[in-house]
Amino acid sequence: MSAYLTRRILLMALTLLGMSVLIFVMLRLVPGNVADILVDSAGIADPKEKAKIVKELGLDRPIFEQYLNWIGGLVRGDLGFAYVSERPAIEEIAPRIPISAKLAGLALFFSVILGVPLGVISAVRQNTGFDYFLRIVSLSGLSLPSFWLGLLILMASVQWFGMIPIYTNEPRSFIDEVLLLSIPAAAVGFRSSALIMRLTRSSMLEVLRQDYIRTARSKGASQTSVNYEHALRNALLPVVTIIGIEAAFLVGGLIVTETVFNIPGVARFLVEAILWRDYPIVQNLVMLIAFVVVTVNFLVDMAYMALDPRIKFAD
Amino acid sequence: MNTRLAFFAGGLAAFVAAASPALAQKQGGTLRISHRDNPPSASIHEEATISVIQPFMAVFNNLVMFDPNEKTNSPDKIVPDLAESWSWNPDQTKLTFKLRSGVKWHDGKPFSAKDVKCTWDALMGKGDEKSDLIRKNPRKVWYNNLKDVTTGSDTEVTFTLGRPQPSFLSMLAAGYSPVYSCHVSGRDMRSKPIGTGPFKVVDFKRNEAIKLVRNPDYWKKGRPYLDAIDWKIVPNRSTRMLGFVAGEFDMTFDSDVTFPMLADVKAQKADAVCEARPTNVNANILINRDAPPFDKVELRRALVLALDQKPFNEILFQGHALMGAAMLPPPAGFWGMPKDMLQALPGFAPDVEKSRAEARAIMEKLGYTKDKPLKIKISTRNIAIYRDPAVILIDQLKSINIDGELDPIDTTVWYTKIQRKDYTVGMNLTGLGVDDPDTNFYENFHSTSDRNYTAYKNPEVDKLIEQQSSEADREKRKKLVWEIEKKLAEDGARPVINHNVANTCWTPAMKGLVLQHNSIYNGWRFEDVWLDR
Repeated sequence: MSAYLTRRILLMALTLLGMSVLIFVMLRLVPGNVADILVDSAGIADPKEKAKIVKELGLDRPIFEQYLNWIGGLVRGDLGFAYVSERPAIEEIAPRIPISAKLAGLALFFSVILGVPLGVISAVRQNTGFDYFLRIVSLSGLSLPSFWLGLLILMASVQWFGMIPIYTNEPRSFIDEVLLLSIPAAAVGFRSSALIMRLTRSSMLEVLRQDYIRTARSKGASQTSVNYEHALRNALLPVVTIIGIEAAFLVGGLIVTETVFNIPGVARFLVEAILWRDYPIVQNLVMLIAFVVVTVNFLVDMAYMALDPRIKFAD
Repeated sequence: MNTRLAFFAGGLAAFVAAASPALAQKQGGTLRISHRDNPPSASIHEEATISVIQPFMAVFNNLVMFDPNEKTNSPDKIVPDLAESWSWNPDQTKLTFKLRSGVKWHDGKPFSAKDVKCTWDALMGKGDEKSDLIRKNPRKVWYNNLKDVTTGSDTEVTFTLGRPQPSFLSMLAAGYSPVYSCHVSGRDMRSKPIGTGPFKVVDFKRNEAIKLVRNPDYWKKGRPYLDAIDWKIVPNRSTRMLGFVAGEFDMTFDSDVTFPMLADVKAQKADAVCEARPTNVNANILINRDAPPFDKVELRRALVLALDQKPFNEILFQGHALMGAAMLPPPAGFWGMPKDMLQALPGFAPDVEKSRAEARAIMEKLGYTKDKPLKIKISTRNIAIYRDPAVILIDQLKSINIDGELDPIDTTVWYTKIQRKDYTVGMNLTGLGVDDPDTNFYENFHSTSDRNYTAYKNPEVDKLIEQQSSEADREKRKKLVWEIEKKLAEDGARPVINHNVANTCWTPAMKGLVLQHNSIYNGWRFEDVWLDR
């Protein structure tokens, strides 16, 4: 087990290193650099002024030197200076991380808390009116774009309650913040919960037809015990995988939701930074996302072991 | 007795009512405004967008400014700001300002003539080599004629011009001409600027908010009325509008409310005060005249003849946009040509079908028929206000056998692409900081300008631009301006589609704002604005 863990951690480090090279090179392959854009934003295209900015930002140095400077800084905890705001990148990124993390966490919480139980109910009550209803709801969750759903929620709030749940002032307390983030989290989580519900349903249906379920029933186990103790635990394996994947995909959903609900999080900031070719911000944020994704994958693998004792990771 | 008392009471009430507008201003409150996007920086001198000037103009003062109580900016309505008075020497080449004394920067340091000199030295590129106060200057051409800035004392500064230039004072009165504090680094001026203005910057959080608070030491006693201004950056327009309707914001971003949206806003917030005004931003066409096929003058003429302004106006502005050439047309515009002259220009004739028949004949002569049309790409910035007119243009060009395809360009590389001449035809928007021929012609059409994106070169036009710039007689100058407008239209130099008109809305509790009707870039000092709540 320890050898497996060491291997996994080394693999994670290697993946992150590969990601760092990839993002560094890809960013520089995109047409236009920050100097082009800073000058463009002022409606001018003066090569002399561009050259001055390029030199000032160190973009005229060899690309390998720029990469080493970045990675060296990252290892030391120095994320560099944001090109556009001219402030330390850490000051720009750090306050936004908790906001997006809370939003993503809440969205994931909603997806799981709704998706798994409803998926089980839908499977247990297969082909009943309730099952059909849940399947329609989940289908709409998969087909409604989250920006459209977000706008609908905002319009309904203005129309019915005369208020708009957008992030205009910093919430006064944790509870205020959770309440404020719940609505956008529900908008983001709706799609994931639909996906999780459908997968839980089909996985449960498959498991419920297994021999050992029939055996449990014939031995007189209660319906609840069969459903939740015998079937759900085995049906959860693919669901856990999809939860892991969804956690990574949430960042994509957050971009739109943060824009519509005006949440000053990481996702919206990343898009803005990409548009401005603000390399230090983009590189560090993408690395952060990569880190989250590989960590979630690792945790999902660990969860397999907890869910199914038959799974062993060989040394 | 009762009658006398009633008469006295009535008289008193009438006096109070008559006096109330002067007494009504209330001190305090926070004005909440939505902002449409992330300002590239807080440095007004380095940027060319309303996104910077609207929130940050209140941080600074100019030497002089357009009278904020007048709706139309005109050279006759320039009032003192940091300068108490000004005078020209007899040959109109030296402009001397007497400055206010006792003015302080937001950090408590005293303001002096040295700051004025240092600001304009930096703008002319004469500043300290190591200084990063002005990293880029989009309005370099404004100061081509400025030779030197000298200080006579701490309260006297003189601008020396190469030749008389009546517009020079108007340029100094523009929102784009604040005085910078030279003891502050350029980096700070771009992120948390220091000014002498009525509001101080507390925070400028990218993608989030701009917070300004009242400057208690402001040199204009009793101003500003507001305690603070909170700008919230809300990139999604639907969210911004819903926020305004829900009372989350007191005011929309300037010109944010299009005519189709206005009905919705009024329906949901009946008490909203909305004002439509010309923005002095015009939609125009960029034609790459240095590469085939539009290097042929006949082809450029055909394209201009195909234009019908009416559908653009009806579809995009519900008929409210203004028809004009390079300058904003009267009555909002001070310099634009009269309607009868305009209609004689190519592309403005009332009989569009006749013009198009002429254009088709040109196209057929050049070998482009209905079956064998000229295929081109219409490039434009990939944002709605650019794309929408481009789509209408594509439709109109079909009528003269031009098959256009929309080529949306990432907005961040738009000017670079245009400067590289990597386009055939482009749809563009041009905004003017001041309704003034010098700023427009030097910036956009003079052969030496960085912002002459199409690299339009016409020595005759250059000469006329110089000539009108020196002309002191207003009427003679107007005639020269109209001659330039005519030549530009005949040359197909950025043919103008229309001059935009847009709405800004605010809550009835917000008082004291006077929108300037010939430039959106002026009048954002907010020192006379107050909240009645």
